[in-house]
Amino acid sequence: MAIKMTEEQARQYWRRNLSLMMKLLVVWFVVSYGCGIMFVDVLNQIQIGGYKLGFWFAQQGSIYVFVVLIFIYRSRMEALDREFGVEEE
Amino acid sequence: MELQTLTYIVVGFTFSIYIGIAIWARAGSTKDFYVAGGGVHPIANGMATAADWMSAASFIGMAGLIAYMGYGGSVFLMGWTGGFVILAMLLAPYLRKYGKFTVPEFIGDRFYSQTARVVAVVCLIICSVTYVIGQMKGIGVSFSRFLEVDYDTGLIVGMCIVFFYAVLGGMKGITYTQIAQYCVLILAYTIPAIFISLQLTGNPIPQLGLGSTLVGTDTFLLDKLDQVVVELGFREYTTDVRISGINMFAYTASLMFGTAGLPHVIIRFFTVPKVRDARSSAGWALIFITILYTTAPAVAAMARLNLMQTIEPEAGNYLAYEERPQWFRNWEKTGLLAFEDKNGDGLMQYSANESTNELVKVDRDIIVLANPEIAQLPNWVIALVAAGGLAAALSTAAGLLLAIASAISHDLLKGIIAPNISEKQELRASRVAMALAIAGAGYLGFNPPDFAAGTVALAFGLAASSIFPALMMGIFSNRVTKEGAIAGMLAGIGVTLFYVFQHKGIMFIASTAFLGDMSPNWFLGIEPNAFGVVGAIVNFAVAIAVTKVTAAPPAEVREMVESIRIPAGAEAAVDH
Repeated sequence: MAIKMTEEQARQYWRRNLSLMMKLLVVWFVVSYGCGIMFVDVLNQIQIGGYKLGFWFAQQGSIYVFVVLIFIYRSRMEALDREFGVEEE
Repeated sequence: MELQTLTYIVVGFTFSIYIGIAIWARAGSTKDFYVAGGGVHPIANGMATAADWMSAASFIGMAGLIAYMGYGGSVFLMGWTGGFVILAMLLAPYLRKYGKFTVPEFIGDRFYSQTARVVAVVCLIICSVTYVIGQMKGIGVSFSRFLEVDYDTGLIVGMCIVFFYAVLGGMKGITYTQIAQYCVLILAYTIPAIFISLQLTGNPIPQLGLGSTLVGTDTFLLDKLDQVVVELGFREYTTDVRISGINMFAYTASLMFGTAGLPHVIIRFFTVPKVRDARSSAGWALIFITILYTTAPAVAAMARLNLMQTIEPEAGNYLAYEERPQWFRNWEKTGLLAFEDKNGDGLMQYSANESTNELVKVDRDIIVLANPEIAQLPNWVIALVAAGGLAAALSTAAGLLLAIASAISHDLLKGIIAPNISEKQELRASRVAMALAIAGAGYLGFNPPDFAAGTVALAFGLAASSIFPALMMGIFSNRVTKEGAIAGMLAGIGVTLFYVFQHKGIMFIASTAFLGDMSPNWFLGIEPNAFGVVGAIVNFAVAIAVTKVTAAPPAEVREMVESIRIPAGAEAAVDH
């Protein structure tokens, strides 16, 4: 498929991509550096089963969230590609 | 069946699979050799990436590190997985769209400079060689421990196997063997973990077992572990911070950026057909990695508890040395476990206090390697762990060697020294480069240099401070100039190496460490292994500053940046 995007559309597409990235990276930062390191002591006050919550984020939870983030990014970007007609056939 | 025989059968069986794949998946073109033809399914590539990624350090070393560091070990878990989020969103799709063969090639094109390309090759070789030494050692050690052949023989056998499929098949052979290796290593890791979790908590899923109560009690496993280690004078398992919060922050960031900047992982994303496959492939890779990475903390905590309860069945009541279990005797023979009866009472006192601790040596690798024996699992499980350790080391070694070989044959030879050679000649050259890389890595495996000890974490710091920022700026800015990129890479890797050398010794010769390895001398209390993130910041800062005073990049470069940001128009892939 030939790419038929005006410069303005290309700029829009890129801006939407960046804003999606930023949102997901905020979550990425919060679950690992936030919950797993900076606020670990506070979260450790909460206990879920045998896990202290901060400890759980550092050794389990952040990793599961990472996986989910990548798949959200994939599906949102596929939708964005279609919207702008730049998907691969 | 005898354990020894069984181990030979299991390891022999996995090796014959790898050789079979080598014969079937031969490379017929440079595209096959560098990017496996570019038609690998994203799930298959995810699996191969997982094996490529998880090295002997992940398989053998990590659980032991966590068992010993407790909460502080989380830096490895978050750092080595969080990098894939960066890869999936910020790097892989755009580099796939660029659609050529190597990382230095991208840097050379984007920064319109052969010099930038050469600097990238040098950075790539420094990172990859530091990393490959650890894998060669892992191969030698696994052989000597499980098959009782000596280290050198083990290394030679391992090199021959890699030689076979990497030289014949290049990326194509490596991809399919890595898929097989992933299956072997994940079974070898999870099966013992499931058994141990069942024994201790009654829950077959280790990730849940870690948060459960111990069988027949109301006590949570982690609470019990905290209590036992504190009684012996260690710090509480679930809150034991690694040096400081800042240090943990920096360590995690260095490992994440390093993950995203290691060329042998990035080139795996050149093998999928489309840009959107690169996005999903990173997700699949992380799923396959997560299976091991969320099991590891369970293995760590359970094995540490098992070990301590074996030695001290009830508080203050230590096991008599004469009554030690069979696995203890087995591992004593290897020298990885050692007891010294300091007070002469015949009992094994284990304590955080150096002067009264009688378990004078507990090698951290034991946590994974002896796990099946401690849990009294059948011999075939132990044999499987041996094959798994070898699969982890071989798959990572092959990926690293390909990154090195393609940088030599494609970037240096075809790109700079002899641009006029035909594709056939380049394919031959890439095979020779691969053979030389294997021989070089083997040499370093036989004569591990002084700096081999702390190499794996260092490789990440170096990648984080050199290649990662260059790629980021290449994609996200169309203004950064060649001078900026070159100065940035040199400054980043330079400052990281300098910091490591001044604390750990020049080339790790301890006597040359002019600042000594002392935490008061550390910048912001950051340990040398965690310094890559500071190197990365220096890289960005220098590149941006230099860009401000140099002439803007030519128009073609701006067009190239525009085009890699849009998926459509990627080069058609070859099916196979």
